[in-house]
Amino acid sequence: MTAEAIPTANDGYSDLGRLLALMSGDEKHDPSAHSTLDVLWVLYDRVLDVDPSRVDDPDRDRFLLSKGHGPMAYYAVLAAKGFLDEADLRSFGRYRSRLGFHPDRVLVPGVEISSGSLGHGLPLAVGIALGLRAQGITGPRVVVLVGDAELDEGSNHEAIAYAGAIGLENLTVVAIDNASSTHGWHGGIDRRFAVEGWATAVVDGRDHDDLTGALADRRDGRPSAVVAVVERQV
Amino acid sequence: MRDAFVRTTAALLDDDPRAAVVLADISAGLFDRSAARHPDRVLNVGIREQLMVSVAGGLALAGMRPVVHTYAPFLVERAYEQIKLDLVHQDVGAVLVSVGASYDSSGSGRTHHAPGDVALLDGLDGISVHVPGHQGEVERLLREAVASGGRAYIRLSEQQNRAPSPAVDGRLHVVRRGRLGTVVAVGPTLDRVVAATQGLDLTVLHAVTVRPLDTTTLLATMATPDVVLVEPYLAGTSTRLVDEALAHVPHRVLGLGVGRSEQRRYGTPAEHDRAHGLGEAGLRRSIDAFLAPR
Repeated sequence: MTAEAIPTANDGYSDLGRLLALMSGDEKHDPSAHSTLDVLWVLYDRVLDVDPSRVDDPDRDRFLLSKGHGPMAYYAVLAAKGFLDEADLRSFGRYRSRLGFHPDRVLVPGVEISSGSLGHGLPLAVGIALGLRAQGITGPRVVVLVGDAELDEGSNHEAIAYAGAIGLENLTVVAIDNASSTHGWHGGIDRRFAVEGWATAVVDGRDHDDLTGALADRRDGRPSAVVAVVERQV
Repeated sequence: MRDAFVRTTAALLDDDPRAAVVLADISAGLFDRSAARHPDRVLNVGIREQLMVSVAGGLALAGMRPVVHTYAPFLVERAYEQIKLDLVHQDVGAVLVSVGASYDSSGSGRTHHAPGDVALLDGLDGISVHVPGHQGEVERLLREAVASGGRAYIRLSEQQNRAPSPAVDGRLHVVRRGRLGTVVAVGPTLDRVVAATQGLDLTVLHAVTVRPLDTTTLLATMATPDVVLVEPYLAGTSTRLVDEALAHVPHRVLGLGVGRSEQRRYGTPAEHDRAHGLGEAGLRRSIDAFLAPR
């Protein structure tokens, strides 16, 4: 995408339903049908230092959608913030579309990782956070969104243990908890992170102010995990 | 070869601020001095091989040039999906360097053997594969792989030829010319192949880089379209490339290498070579049978 072609959308939260409908063909979209929608909106509207005009800026924050399935909410937010054109949304899932059922970073500038297979985003995020640190790029944060069922994947736990052990403070995980893990997380997802040395918080995943507060940059020598609780998946 | 790898990587870490090495405990002690000098670029993630490859992917996404290293079965087999998705699908570069080629760790048994590593990587896009046959080839291969910014696999071995090979430049090296067929020896199999083909009127070529394979030289030196490939990993791994290069002419290809049968044996690499027909005598028998009048 050239600089001239960058969309300039500046839609609000209330536009997300319309943007989602461009992909699905459904007239109405209840946010509760998209477990990640409010977290994604808060991240892009209030938290992340990202901009469609500087998707290659080394000092940008990095957002990684690890839970790559069901990406319509992600694409809707990207379109609302000018990373995607609405015309892209209409092509969702087609053969030549840039937007598939799992995002591809090579096809969509501004998408930081290609995801879909669960358990890859958090380990990649650890590497990005380490890479920024190694280059003395201390400003940006690396924020990765995972699902509670995705945490079943053992690869996540390699990353959680290592990031905690080395105090990777520029890394934040947002875990969307819609109780979809087959065997659940007895004792709470947050405790799985806390025992490895992470700072943790549990918030209402639909409350924008609570999310904003929990996702604020307060580096204290530990990586941070925010568990965003939403409606139970049925 | 591992010493040459460590020495070269240490120099790269000193010279290139974007170079990093990611380890999973294996060889970590060999990098102690580098880790003291470059603590943010010598990263030992512990015994977490999936994470090791994913971290390399993340480092590359952040603009670094990672080198990733452990035993072949844990680097290629255990972390295969991470190589596929966190390197190839992300379209980023990294240099994978293994030890323990095929059954170099013969006494450790099947858990530490990985003769299928090159065949597995052959299923992925854009990974160059280098099989040095001498420690003197390692520095150039590693430096060029890191400098390229691409994806490469360097397969170190405990087995070596007597001397480094000109094939380190990526092309097939013509060891000798003959009229009745061609034998391509890969990496550390060269000395055995030369010995096994004594007195036979064959062209002998040596390959260090097998992906891409220099089929231009293969075709240019070929007198008879009968080709024997001797690979120190899974038999037949590269026969498809020879078939493709010779698709325009009737030809025969014999792929020699490590068989699929599980031996359940320990001992030495030489004993395993003999069991798979990769000793000097076994190679001679296979080549004689291939060339015998029909």
